[in-house]
Parts: sequence; C-alpha cells; structure tokens
Amino acid sequence: MEVLKKYPKLFQWLFLLIVFFALCFAIDVPETYKFIRGQAEFVKDPNQSAFVFLGKEVRYYAFDVFWRLPPLLGWLPIWINDSLFFLMNDWMPMEFWNEDTQEYKTRPLVLQITRNLTAFMTFLIELIREILLGGLETIVAFTSWDWIDANPWAELPGLPWTIVAAGSAILAYKLGGKGLAIYALLSMTYISIFGQWKPSMQTLSFILVAAPLSFIFGLGLGVAAFKSKRVEKALYPILLVMQTMPQYAVLVPALVLFGVGDHAAVIITMIVAVPPMILLTLLGLRAVPPEVIEAGRMSGCNNWQLMSKVLIPTARRDILIGVNQVIMVCFSMAVISAFIGAKGLGFNLLLALNQLNIGLALEAGLCISLIAILLDKMSLAWANKQVDYFGNLNFFQRNKNSLFFGVVVIVGILLAYFGSIYFKGGYNYLFEVPHNKGISTAGFWNKGVDWIFDTFFVYIKAFNTWLIVDVLQPMRALYLRMPAIATLVLVVGAGYLIGGVRSALVVCGLTLFIALSPWWDRALVTTYMATFGVIVSCIIGFTVGTLCFQNKHSTNFMLNVCDIFQTFPSFVYLIPVMMLFGITDTSVLIAVIVYATIPATRYTIEGLRSVPAGLHDAATMSGVTKFQRLFKIEFPLAFPHMMLGLNQTIVFALFMVIIGAFIGTEDLGQYILKALSDKKGAGIGLTLGICVAFIGLIFDNLIRTWVGKRKKHLGID
Amino acid sequence: MSEPVIKCQSVYKIFGANAERMLKEANGNVDAKTFQDNGCIVGVNNASFEVSKGEMLVVMGLSGSGKSTLLRCISRLTDATGGKIFIEGQDLLNLNNKELIDLRRNKMGMVFQSFALLPHKTVLENIAFPLQIKGIKTEDSINKAMDMVKLVGLDGRENYFPRELSGGQQQRVGIARSLAVEPDIWFLDEPFSALDPLIRKEMQDEFLRLQEKLQKTIMFITHDFDEALKLADRIAIMKDGIIEQLDTPANIVLNPATEYVRKFTEEVPREKVLLIKDVMDETTSSDIGDLKVSKDEIIENVAEKILTQEKTVAVIDGKNNVVGSINPAKIINTVFGGRKNNN
Repeated sequence: MEVLKKYPKLFQWLFLLIVFFALCFAIDVPETYKFIRGQAEFVKDPNQSAFVFLGKEVRYYAFDVFWRLPPLLGWLPIWINDSLFFLMNDWMPMEFWNEDTQEYKTRPLVLQITRNLTAFMTFLIELIREILLGGLETIVAFTSWDWIDANPWAELPGLPWTIVAAGSAILAYKLGGKGLAIYALLSMTYISIFGQWKPSMQTLSFILVAAPLSFIFGLGLGVAAFKSKRVEKALYPILLVMQTMPQYAVLVPALVLFGVGDHAAVIITMIVAVPPMILLTLLGLRAVPPEVIEAGRMSGCNNWQLMSKVLIPTARRDILIGVNQVIMVCFSMAVISAFIGAKGLGFNLLLALNQLNIGLALEAGLCISLIAILLDKMSLAWANKQVDYFGNLNFFQRNKNSLFFGVVVIVGILLAYFGSIYFKGGYNYLFEVPHNKGISTAGFWNKGVDWIFDTFFVYIKAFNTWLIVDVLQPMRALYLRMPAIATLVLVVGAGYLIGGVRSALVVCGLTLFIALSPWWDRALVTTYMATFGVIVSCIIGFTVGTLCFQNKHSTNFMLNVCDIFQTFPSFVYLIPVMMLFGITDTSVLIAVIVYATIPATRYTIEGLRSVPAGLHDAATMSGVTKFQRLFKIEFPLAFPHMMLGLNQTIVFALFMVIIGAFIGTEDLGQYILKALSDKKGAGIGLTLGICVAFIGLIFDNLIRTWVGKRKKHLGID
Repeated sequence: MSEPVIKCQSVYKIFGANAERMLKEANGNVDAKTFQDNGCIVGVNNASFEVSKGEMLVVMGLSGSGKSTLLRCISRLTDATGGKIFIEGQDLLNLNNKELIDLRRNKMGMVFQSFALLPHKTVLENIAFPLQIKGIKTEDSINKAMDMVKLVGLDGRENYFPRELSGGQQQRVGIARSLAVEPDIWFLDEPFSALDPLIRKEMQDEFLRLQEKLQKTIMFITHDFDEALKLADRIAIMKDGIIEQLDTPANIVLNPATEYVRKFTEEVPREKVLLIKDVMDETTSSDIGDLKVSKDEIIENVAEKILTQEKTVAVIDGKNNVVGSINPAKIINTVFGGRKNNN
C-alpha cells in the first residue's frame, strides 16, 4: 500500500495495461476474419452487410463490435467524392465567354474558377520556365500562333546556363559570402555538365512560382490571425491537421479539382506550404516586444504603419525562417508532385525508380539534394543576414553585385554566341547541355548496384528474411490481433492519465474516426510500421545524440549533418534503400528509420544543450562523475525536449511509411497511391490522408500534453 | 493658475472579463481582494491628480504597484476602465482613433525601459521615425533627427544600428526619438532602470540638464526612490494600484503619510535631500550671527558651516532678503533626530 501511495501514476498505468491485455485475450479472433477487408465497398459478396446513409450504400464484412467496429463513416469518402463531382460539374451553371470559339458557353461556376486559376498558374510557370529555358508559349499567350509563325524571332531564347550559374553564385555571395558562392557555382555547374539542366530548371521554375505565392498567402493569413483571435481559432485545427497530413495525400483531391500537371501541383503545393508560413509569421509577430509596439503607437502609427513599419520588420528573422520553410516544402512537393504529372527532377526520379534504374535515380536524386541544400542555405543566410547601411557608399559600391551580374550576362551571351560557332551542327554546350547528353555516371552506379547484389546477395537476403519472418511478421500479427475495443481503451486511458478528461475525449474522437472508417486494419499496419521505425530511430537517435553531445565539435558536426539530411525531400531516401534491399518492406522500414532518426538525434542534442550551464557547474562542484551528471541531471531536464523530438520522429516516420507505398506496402499509403489513379479517388485519398494525420495527432496530443505538464513541473520555459 | 496639462479624475484600470460591470457595481469603493476573487486584477485604483505645465511628476512604486499601468492609461496605450483623463483640457477617453493618433504625433513622447528601438533602422532612422510617420519630408526629418542626435550627444554614431550601441547609448536614442516631434508632454517609463549604476547616474544628470533646457511636462516612472528624490518636482508613491502619497520630495521625507511610505524614507540621507527652506524657521529671531545661507541650498552643502556657528544663522532668498533662520541644533535634529521613534 505504501508503494501504491508513493507511485500512484505507475499503478494507474499498470492497471490500464492489465485491462488492455485482458481485453485482448478475452476477445477471440472471429473465424471469418481476414486481413484484406478494405475493398469491401467495391466487391459484391453475399456475406457482406450493408447500410445506406445519405443515399450512399456502404458494404462491409460485419464482425462482433468488440473485435472491429462497423465502418459507420464508410459513406464519407463516397460522399466527399460525389459532392466534389457535383460542385465541379453541376453546381451553379453560368454563361461564360469563350475566347477560342467566340461564343458564350455554359459552365459550372467552380469548374470555371478552377480552370481560370489553372490557366493563370500555367501562365506563370511557363513564363519563368521560358526565361530560364526559352520557348514561345508566353509570347503566344499575348499574341497568337499565327503571329509567332510570322515573327519567329520573338521566341524567348532562354538564359544560357553559364549566366544562371554565375547569377546564383553572385546571389549566394551577397547573401552568405564566399563559401556559399563557391558551393552555388559548383553545384550549378555539376547540374549542367551532367545533363540535368532542363529538369532542374523546370523544378526551379515551379518553386519560383509556388514559393512567392505561398509566402504572400502565408504572411497575409498570419497577420490576420495575429490581429484577430477568431481567425486564429478558425485556422488552428487546419494548421494542426496539415502539419501531420502526409503531403502525398493532398495530391489526390488536387487531381480532381485542377487536373494533371504543373499548375495543379503549384496550387496543391501552396496548400501544403502556407501553414508553416502562417505559424512562423504568427510566432514572429508574437515575439515582438510589447514595448516596441507601444513605441510605434506612441510615434503615432496607424494600424497599417504599425504592421508594415514596426511589426513585420522587427519580426523579419522569423518571417524569413518561414520563407526558408516555404521553399523547402515547395521543393519536396515539387518532387512528390511528379505523381500528378509535374515536370522536372521529381518526374525523372520517379521514372528512373519505376524502371529500377538506380543509377539514373541516383543522379536525379543528387541534383535534387544539391539544389535543396543550396536553396536551404541561401534562404537561411538571408534570414540571418543583418541589414546593411548604405549611406556612406557611392553608387558603384552600392550596386556592385548588380553591376557584376550585368557583366556576367554579357559574357554569358558572348560565350553562348561563340559556342554556337564552335559547336556547329551539334549541341551548343555553352548554351545548354541537353538532357541526358551530359556526362552520365548512371552506368557506373548500376554496375555498382549489380556488384553489391552479386557479392552480398546471400547476406542481404538472409538479413531480409530474418527481419521479415522473425520480427516484422510477428509484430504485424500482434497489431492486427488487437480488438478494436482494446485499442480504444488503451488510447483513451493513456489520454486520461496524461491529460485528464479533455485529452481523453480528443484522442477518443480521433481514434473513433479511424476505427469507423473502412480502413482500420490498414491503419493498424501503418501504425505498426511507424512504431517499428520510431523505436529503432529513437534508440539510434538518442544514443548518437548523447554520444555526440560529449564533445563540442561532434555536437556541431552532428547538427550540421541533421540540417543537411533534413533538406532532402523524403522521396530521395528511397533511392539508396531500393539499391540495397530491392522492393521489400525492409527497404521502406530502413528509409523510415534513416529519415526519422534525424529529428530524434537533433532534439536529443538540443535538449541536452538546453540544460542551463549554471546547473552543469553546480553539478560538477557537487562532485558528480560524467555518468551521474548525464543520468541525474542532464537526462531528466532534457527529457521533455527529447519527447518533442519523439513527436517529430513519429510524424517523419508516418510520412515515410506513406511514401513507402511507392515501393509496395499494405497500409494506408498504398490506398492513397491507388486513389491517385482512381477516377473516384478524391474522397478516398482525402479521408485516408485525414486518417494518417489523425494517427499523428493522437500521439501529438498525448506527447505535447505530457511535455507541457512536465515542463511546468520542472519550471522550464 | 492655468489649466493643468494632465488631469486625472478617479482613474481605474481593472483587468479581467467583467471589469467594467464590476466597477460599476462597486460604486467607487474598489477592494482589490473582492475583485481578485472574481477573476479581476486591479491595476490602478482611484487615481486623481494634476500635472501642471513644466512640472515633473515622478511616479514611484515597486513592481506590480500599477505605476506603468497608470502611465499607459494616460498615454492611452490601454484604455482606462473608469474615470476621466484630460490632456490640456481634451477628454482623452473620448478621442476617436484619428484624434488620438494626432495627439500622439504632435503632443506626446515616450521613453521605454527596454529602449524599444526598431532593430532594422539606424540611429538616425530610429529618431526620424516618428517624423516620417507623421508624413514629414525625408530630408527635413533627417535634418531634425540630426539635431536630436547632437542634443543627446551621439554625433558620429548616427549610422550605427541599435545592436551596435551600449545600453546607455541606446537609451539616448530612445530619448532623442521621443523628443523628435517636440512634444509638450513627455512620458518616461523607467528609462534608466536597465542601465548600470554609474551610467544611470550620468544619464540622470544629463536628463536634468535637458529638462532645464526644454521645460517639458513630464511623467516619470521609476522603482528607485533615490532617483525619484533626485529628479522630481513632486512624487506620487503607489502601492497596489493606489496612490499612497503625492507630495514634494521634502514633504514626503519629513511627513510620510502612511507606514508604507515611511519605510522608504527611513534609509534616506535627509541632508542630501532636504533644502534649508524645508527645515528653517520662518520667524527671524533677534539673536542672529553674521553667516547667511541661501534657502535653496541642500543641507549637506552648508551643514558644516552652520554647525560651527554659535548663533542662529540667517536664511536669505535669491534677492538677499532674510526670510528665516536656522540654528545648529535644528540641523542636528534633522539629520540624526526624528528616527528613534521609528525604530
């Protein structure tokens, strides 16, 4: 009894676990239960039960409600789908003037709006693409095909790659100094010489459209949320879901609304990239000291002046970090959008992976990584750059970068001109190295992969078999063996013990949504893969982080490594694992582990580093050994921050598991992939995305509540 | 006497959801405890006072005493919950947004404890900021700002960014900025509290020099009683939102109104605060020696001279007329006496 009084929480948890296991053992697996159940609504089978809600028929295999809940929300994806179709095709038909046929045409309003939006986006992308690569679509948009036939000179020539490369180096120099400039020049040259110029510029033009638009919307909404509590409250749930929603899942509804291509990808990218911008704008504006705002008010600012001249400039750094986030999200979306037909590096990567041409995939992946690092470093340098004062400089000093760029443009054009004489008849390599006509190392890599396979096949296969048969399959079986009611009790109980009734209700709602959807089994598989990934990642991340923390140099080194790895779009991680492990669950899990280890390591180091130096000294003066200090002082204090790392690790792992569907898994991700090629997939894709987001949010809610309480208890921040 | 520049009539500031309704129900009898039980916090409780032209009122109180809140009510950075505030006869609480902005652009200047400079602007641009907000041409505003830079002695540093300056220099920028529009009313919210003691003293002297030149109407907030004594024409001492005593420094030291005020005055070296006129006898006795002291002299400066005299010393005003007298016993009594009953 004494022990019970001393550790009441511990016994509550024990009790919860006992109830959970009791439920698990008490409820038997029904004999008719089979894993593949998700397609129930498409296959007609006399054993199925059915119900009709809102005019949508939902068919499913009924089980004891304790074992699996009936998919009472099964109508939701169908309903979303039908509503979308209704909106697009039948709602509010109106007369619109058609330029091409010179007559009024009846079209539904939403369709017209989306088509106009699409046309606008297409125009923007084409414009930038043609500045970088040349072309005539933009000119045609203003004139006509007949006109361009009559005036062939008007076709945009595009910038020679030398100018773009030098230009990016100058920009890098201005923002981040010599080192960054050299890096920019080298990576641009690499991209050109290795024949990836065209797809890279296509990707870049995509970002140059998506990022500024996302920035403007994000800043605007962030300011609105800062000004009005009501707007903030309305935005908050959307922001929360968008942060845990796999980027891949939002592609599906975009497909229905905007069709296939770059324009659809840009619009959907904005939807994904705006939330982090809103959050960081809000964070930055909140961090402006109240006295600065008062100083602005006392200087007689009206609201507009206060926002534009005081608040936003003072919050500049956070807002620019937001720009960095926006660019990185846009970039990873640019790659993933290949699934809905966006051109560029992502498309080439997807193609290469589909053909299992690891060499080509690796080259495209390398270009993606190079550009990602460049964009990341440049935007971060911009954020951290202090404003320069130009008052004492003359015209040349002030404009030296622009002047230098002018010189570069002239030299580049001259070079391209000489190139056209020198490389007569062939490709003008000083203008643009055509795609796949540069140096290629693909053959080498492919041979390398073959060699690895030939040499290590036995070992890899053995490892693979062991992992799948002895670890993964049993784990999966255990997850699927859980009766729905037991899972619910476990999750809700955990919610109650951690955050009281409120938390319990929230996680209960989230879990019920998944349980009542037609994909509970799939969600369990997703969770099992994510759990496995998270456990291994955390072990690696916490160990590596703790070890690296012992030395200042290794700490900084590790943080830099994390930074760089984090900039790679998640898709890139699939290349090396496919190279080594082929198309198996193991590949996906290893990609998950590599990807999710980044936040685990980073947060461990950051958490340990946030332990105040004073405590460190105090501990040392009390005569602790290194281990005592680590276990008695640093871990307990760093633990809340490390738990936030766990939260991130879970989100990262979920993202990767979902993308892993591309390799072939049996979870929610695979259904999202299927929905992409399904005409009626929009509702399914969206609902699946929400399911994944909710899995993330359940853990997010539990961890955040716990961390909040713990931090309060410890009196940090 | 002319119209006071600032006039407050039972100003209340209460934070909380039902503040206004509760204040109405309280009927002018606000008890902090009852309000707190109902989820309201009383910031300023029934403050009434006037500040006349060219006067410096120092509001002194410890943290949480409501002094900053009071200042923010008068500059209307927050809206007072109840009461009336007049700025040069204008009813402050009835101004609309545009009138309020006009008032701030032309009549008010404010200095902040944490300097509150805009990090992205240089010293010169920071000082020119209120002028540019007002819509003055860039060139004129820069010229004016340059004058201000000279006034606060920052010449040569006008193109620095705030992050490149020391705390004292940053506050000089803050002072210059608040003076750029040539306001009549000057609010200073603990301007020197974030500075080192030595710099603080230097800035106080500088501030007195400026005020001598500019003769603004000032409300100065501080938590430092010595600073209040040094600078103030009158001091208001606040506790829990209530003004405990509002009087001249000498009167506060000599006649503390409440127990709370007396605690502050205990440790004060009176000879450094009080003037001869504060302690002299207004009657001139017949037995007067040759020594004459000015009535505006601080006791410390003349104490030694007076104490060496056998006879009573004559006190004169600026025109050399004898207005009173003081004897050595009185000096000793002032400096050392009157405290034993406190201990």
